[in-house]
Amino acid sequence: MDLYRAHVLVCGGTGCTASNSEAILNTFQKELKKNELDQEVKVIKTGCFGLCEAGPICIVYPEGAFYAGVQVKDISTIVEEHLLKGRIVKDLLYKGAFEKDTIRSLDNVDFYKKQMRIALRNCGVIDPEDINEYIAMDGYQALGKVLAEMTPMEVTKIVQQSGLRGRGGGGFPTGKKWEFASKIKGEQKYVVCNADEGDPGAFMDRSVLEGDPHVVVEAMAIAGYAIGANEGYVYVRAEYPIAVKRLQIAIDQAKEMGLLGDNIFDSGFNFNLSIRLGAGAFVCGEETALLNSIEGKRGMPRPRPPFPANKGLWQKPTLLSNVETFSNIPRIIINGPEWMANIGTEKSKGTKVFALTGKINNTGLVEIPMGTTLREVVYEIGGGIPNGKKFKAVQTGGPSGGCITKDHLDTPIDYDNLIQLSSMMGSGGMVVMDEDNCMVDIAKFFLEFTMDESCGKCPPCRIGTKRMYEILEDITNGKGEMEDIERLEKLAYNIKASALCGLGQTSPNPILSTLRFFRDEYEAHVKDKRCPAGVCQELLTYSVVADLCKKCGICAGKCPAECIDGEKGKTVYTIQKDKCIKCGACLEACPFKAIIKS
Amino acid sequence: MKSLDELAKIRDEAKSKMGVREGSKDIRIVVGMATCGISAGARPVLKALVEEIKIRSLQDISVSQTGCIGICRYEPIIEVFESGKEKVTYIEMTPEKAKKIVSEHIVNGNVIDDYTIGSVSGKYSSHGTVEDF
Repeated sequence: MDLYRAHVLVCGGTGCTASNSEAILNTFQKELKKNELDQEVKVIKTGCFGLCEAGPICIVYPEGAFYAGVQVKDISTIVEEHLLKGRIVKDLLYKGAFEKDTIRSLDNVDFYKKQMRIALRNCGVIDPEDINEYIAMDGYQALGKVLAEMTPMEVTKIVQQSGLRGRGGGGFPTGKKWEFASKIKGEQKYVVCNADEGDPGAFMDRSVLEGDPHVVVEAMAIAGYAIGANEGYVYVRAEYPIAVKRLQIAIDQAKEMGLLGDNIFDSGFNFNLSIRLGAGAFVCGEETALLNSIEGKRGMPRPRPPFPANKGLWQKPTLLSNVETFSNIPRIIINGPEWMANIGTEKSKGTKVFALTGKINNTGLVEIPMGTTLREVVYEIGGGIPNGKKFKAVQTGGPSGGCITKDHLDTPIDYDNLIQLSSMMGSGGMVVMDEDNCMVDIAKFFLEFTMDESCGKCPPCRIGTKRMYEILEDITNGKGEMEDIERLEKLAYNIKASALCGLGQTSPNPILSTLRFFRDEYEAHVKDKRCPAGVCQELLTYSVVADLCKKCGICAGKCPAECIDGEKGKTVYTIQKDKCIKCGACLEACPFKAIIKS
Repeated sequence: MKSLDELAKIRDEAKSKMGVREGSKDIRIVVGMATCGISAGARPVLKALVEEIKIRSLQDISVSQTGCIGICRYEPIIEVFESGKEKVTYIEMTPEKAKKIVSEHIVNGNVIDDYTIGSVSGKYSSHGTVEDF
């Protein structure tokens, strides 16, 4: 590592990589060389900055200039103007990062202002493929401190006092888990990290692994020391190739430096870590199915008890936590448990990372202190709803969660409040919906997901989710009866009570929560055969408003079903309702807005 | 890895190289790098500054560029901003002078008056004095 006068940080997270940040990185290097700046300016590939909406993102230090939506063709301008001549290219800056001719530091941009980064503290700050940069941010200090100064019991106690709860969904007190695992007697114990993030739209764990993989390595070693385990596994989905690659680099570097392996910090403590790839089954995010999968068996849940702390991997005591949970541990050790206990609400401490998606201006990854309200997340951090549309609901907790309506926008977000609203924290997906979203259709979407992902072991989930999906299909196709709504509700409660694992037990949640808050939409579909949001195709009709039709025939030309009749310039066009496939092509094509959907 | 001391050593070394990414610095050296500055030789000056800071492993100093400072005939110009102090403007820089500024001004805290813009005030020039400017 040499000293450079300026650093160019290019986001190398999956989102920005998909929008070509690899080429941007290479072009930077080429352009810098061309201008003989390659010895003065260093280009670094980092993890996710969080503001994925504005990607690909680059930050140039020491000025802290935040360039957004950077294209390959812009690089020569940035190099020649900013890095050679020192003139920041204002046109390419993120618009929120620039005010009255001065650059605002990232912390003052609306998107970041209300955030508090603990799990993501190094994401977008360090080069995840360089262990030295992690060490520079106090990395491996916590592991050193634990091994040099603390007994395993003391470590467990600190985690307990911090009030940290599992970030993967359920919110079980982490310290308690550590205590169970440490008290069980056993020659061989394991630490396992669940990185099988499967909720649609969620990418918190991926970002941590891509942006700061060492934090997981360090935390797992600390956990190993606390419970008396010398071996660990990270179970990560194969669909996360960048995360897998960087994690492997991190493990190799830690081994080489003696931060993994035998006799770490000369303490006599040994810890080894390896990666296991998941093949993409959602159910493998359930802890017992995950353990089966690591053992090489089919990924299906086992009944609990026995819990993994007693009989986990290969029937040995196992501590299993999620990526984000682990990523909090080193900070708690360094700053002390009181530090975390002072952040958040009474029963939910610290921060939570959410993947903010859907009908929202600032799509991206946000980390907020527990107790922040949904309103702050949607309107301040998220920048509100695009195109002036009305907010309808936020879906949290993925396929296991539910919807929160505008009446509850001011609810402080924490584990218990979300459960009260018949949703859940889940792993942190947060999908924002506006007036154009049909809530029955949303419930159907999630049910289709859980139905597909059901492993088939227990009948309530295997058969029940299918039946619920069929009822929803009838309702959205206009074939529903009022009894269907009751049947759906009854079935939902039965599945909740009888399914084997968390996936099955929570699968009816999207239905129950939309029924609770949007029953009128269900009834409109059934009674009036009408979809209030205009989404469910079978319930839509397209027609031409005769007064507005200019007889141009453009609609007829676009119709793939050839069901629009008329004579150009002579007669008003009409749509044959029985042949119409409701694709909406005519509506989009008509320059005079003469076609309406109802 | 054998001890916390060993880790601390790696940390401190790595940290000094990443210092450039930490927003506000105690001392900021700005080099005028518009066309006029570059043609008058600002680039070797900038390089010399970075080099000297590296050799002396100085912390909390950033070197950045700016556009035309406005007095092109005195280029290369560098300005030193230190929190709580008035800015110092040095003119007609060379790599040697720049190195001396690092050792005298930055390290020892002595402004080198001879190199500052103040040293030419009152002197006759075809465009008037610095005060006129």
